[in-house]
Amino acid sequence: MTPAARGFREMKSVVVRFAGDSGDGMQIVGERFTETSVTVPNSIATFPDFPAEIRAPVGTIAGVSAFQIHFGSQAVLTPGDEPDALIAMNPAALAVHLSDLQQGGLLIVNSAAFTDENLEMADFKSSPLDDPELRNKYEVVPIDITGLTLETLKDSQLTQREKLRTRNFFALGFSYWVYGRPLEPTINHINSKWAVKSPALADANIRVLKAGYFLGETSEITRNRYMVAQAAVEPGTYRKLSGNEAIALGLIAGARKSGRDMLFSGYPITPATSIMETLAGYKHFGVKTVQAEDEIAAIGVALGASFAGQIGVTATSGPGMCLKSEFIGLAVAAELPLVIVNVQRGGPSTGLPTKTEQSDLLQALFGRHGESPLPVVAANSPSDCFRAAFDAVQMALEYSIPVILLTDGYLANGSEPWKIPDESELREISVPFADLSRPYVAFDRDPETLARTQAIPGQPGLEHRIGGLEKDAKGCISNNPENHARMTAIRAAKIQAVAKSVPPLEVTGKRTGKLLVLGWGGTYGAITSAVASLVAEGYEVSSASLKYINPMPADLGDLIKGFDKVLVPELNSGQLCMLIRARFLVDAVAHSKVMGRPFKVSEIRERILQLLND
Amino acid sequence: MATEIQNVPAVPELSRKDFVSSNDVRWCPGCGDHAILNSLQRTFPELGVPRENFVIISGIGCSSRFPYYMQTYGFHTIHGRAPAVATGVKVANPDLSVWIITGDGDGLSIGGNHLLHLLRRNLNITVLLFNNRIYGLTKGQYSPTSLFGTKTKTSPAGSIDNPLNPVLFALGAEATFIARTVDNNPKHMVETFKAAHAHQGVSFVEIMQNCVIFNDSTWDSIYGRDNRDQQMLPLEAGKPLLFGKNKEQGIRLNGLVPEIVDASAPDILIHQPDHPSPLYAQMLATLGLPDFPTPIGVIRKIQRPTYESLVCKQIDDAKAKKGGGTWKELLQGDSTWTVKAED
Repeated sequence: MTPAARGFREMKSVVVRFAGDSGDGMQIVGERFTETSVTVPNSIATFPDFPAEIRAPVGTIAGVSAFQIHFGSQAVLTPGDEPDALIAMNPAALAVHLSDLQQGGLLIVNSAAFTDENLEMADFKSSPLDDPELRNKYEVVPIDITGLTLETLKDSQLTQREKLRTRNFFALGFSYWVYGRPLEPTINHINSKWAVKSPALADANIRVLKAGYFLGETSEITRNRYMVAQAAVEPGTYRKLSGNEAIALGLIAGARKSGRDMLFSGYPITPATSIMETLAGYKHFGVKTVQAEDEIAAIGVALGASFAGQIGVTATSGPGMCLKSEFIGLAVAAELPLVIVNVQRGGPSTGLPTKTEQSDLLQALFGRHGESPLPVVAANSPSDCFRAAFDAVQMALEYSIPVILLTDGYLANGSEPWKIPDESELREISVPFADLSRPYVAFDRDPETLARTQAIPGQPGLEHRIGGLEKDAKGCISNNPENHARMTAIRAAKIQAVAKSVPPLEVTGKRTGKLLVLGWGGTYGAITSAVASLVAEGYEVSSASLKYINPMPADLGDLIKGFDKVLVPELNSGQLCMLIRARFLVDAVAHSKVMGRPFKVSEIRERILQLLND
Repeated sequence: MATEIQNVPAVPELSRKDFVSSNDVRWCPGCGDHAILNSLQRTFPELGVPRENFVIISGIGCSSRFPYYMQTYGFHTIHGRAPAVATGVKVANPDLSVWIITGDGDGLSIGGNHLLHLLRRNLNITVLLFNNRIYGLTKGQYSPTSLFGTKTKTSPAGSIDNPLNPVLFALGAEATFIARTVDNNPKHMVETFKAAHAHQGVSFVEIMQNCVIFNDSTWDSIYGRDNRDQQMLPLEAGKPLLFGKNKEQGIRLNGLVPEIVDASAPDILIHQPDHPSPLYAQMLATLGLPDFPTPIGVIRKIQRPTYESLVCKQIDDAKAKKGGGTWKELLQGDSTWTVKAED
């Protein structure tokens, strides 16, 4: 029995967005839909969209919370552009998200929520459901979700309030019917979570979930169903990972592989906070977390821990990065290992705390006084944050240097399946310790890596002093002009030494051609999706995405030379583009977006086609 | 019967010269810092701590050059931030004996926030605050402890800032050990440093220090030869608050207000640094010119668990409850799914 035979239209991929009030449980149904889809299996990526306000009034625009899931039978690298389906639980959710819905898309609304009061809060003069234009543009499926939920539970002992709280599962059940998804994973989840604690609640949720599904089956409310076939997912064991979780795990894994304990110190700041929250739950791994009094203290505590022989880590965003600059300079001068994670958000100043941007690239490279180069690593996707964090720990320790790891709000909150590596696939990290066979000199170096060898307080005979004042090769304070020139050159040469750790670029498409699309960090998914689709259509376009900004991969120059044009899409006004133009003397073209939102695949496709046709 | 401790290497006998580094001391001749350095170099060998376990952390300022002159582990960090770095060192390795060297500008102006939080968290760290009531390294601008009206290059018409009282500041942050000593009395400095080290918790020591170039004789009205008997109130636990050349005067409370009385008068206060109420310590902290002698010695010493011991306890508790973390737990978490190979 093929899906088509059962009345499904087959799709390569589908984007569904659940939107409702903060209290409507949209994140919960999004998570469940995700879990069900990974078991199919489909390739997936998800993105939650929380309101900035903690508890906005019920029914208001400010209180709308959404969850988007993109699932496909082929590689899915982004949470998707315009949704194919929008489930809107109230008028405010409709008002916020309708403009994103694809022309002809499926619009499921909880008609019961379209009361005069709710319409007014969403600034509707009259009900949009009565507008014939809406039905012309979209496939509108109004369902009295509230009423049907209460009807399903009419003999339940739950309070009215508790009954109403299950209505998100009605919407979920109906969407499962539309997309032919199994109910079992969700039923199992409900049972494992609530069956013991509150059997009545578990029973109610399951009944409402089924009622939503059966409504699709028995009514003629819509006949359109969509099937996304199984994806050829690489065999293995998977887990779902958000970017910030992946950072936490990668840091711990790196510390373990180095034999050093980790001390993390941070100060709460959106969207980086959940890294510290996650790490605070890993005390049994020996992870120490210190919530510091401010951003400056946080990096200072981390640096102190590195001096004392652990690996110090801090994480922040936007304004916090500015505050840490002076300490980063000290870490460069003292040549101590340190990892600084910057989960980028819109700026300047407080800017857009909950929105994504890539505008701290030049700050990471140059945002300190004096010449103070350091390695800059970027993460490409939520699960790639694990690799990036592990790499940052490795570079920091093996080269005795502070490392900045750039992610962004989009990666931090987005999540995707992660194929769990075996511990043996993770490399060992070696730390350059002092040579105990001769007197210790604080600025002795490993000749290969140029790393300053470390002597840890508590080790007898290695007592020494370091600090921010310029030192000579023996570790003594020096104002000598030649020495300063030499030390400046050594600090620059260390970055070139790090280049040996940087793997060659992965390229989508051929390594020569008409157009190279070059990105970095979180735009990887959108760029790769756009380019892969165009390559499949026969266009001469390729793409690469930098995971290492400083030093850049050694093969980047040659790669660029192999193309007639270079396009650099970034969520800033052209920062990487400026670097590429300066470094490689190539007429690279910037494609900028600074709207607090990630690129859509379609935006990149259009720009590529435009450049190819020029 | 004494328990024999085996397999523990004896702590080698150390002397002052073991703590003298090879760096030339570059403070101005006559600076109070020389005496403080000397006193600390005399103190360290007597603490029973192996030399490699001492770590000295400083910020920026004249006093912050201190680590370079001590043959121990040292870190000369950035302006005002020594408490943050010291916190990281101590939490990373609680076995280390961590000392912060700071000044009135470094510790109370640019680094006031960090010092506040170090004190309230109660890390087992000793803070030596060199108070010379002036910015010396930048060549003589008024500091947060400069007296009202102090004329400097940046305050030619006199400072209009209300000066900060370092001891009151430490009390406000509920530091568990607070003392004051003077740079012209090495014996008192050594005693005070030893007491600070012995305290399990944060120890805050204000050192009245003379800047011979930019604020010379700033403390002479208190500790100068002609004034010290009348203007210094030596504190000793369990002893009455007496001062004067022949201890002929004392201090007692009249209601909530201190008053100076003849030593033979009744109700002279007995010094209780461990009194649980901060009111007594606060009264002491406010004593000083022009109406009262300035208390010198240990002002407060109370007990509270140290921050680093609580960090370690939480880690030990977590390990006891959940076991030491495994790779499997780290990488797999609590929810996974498996995609099988197609047949």
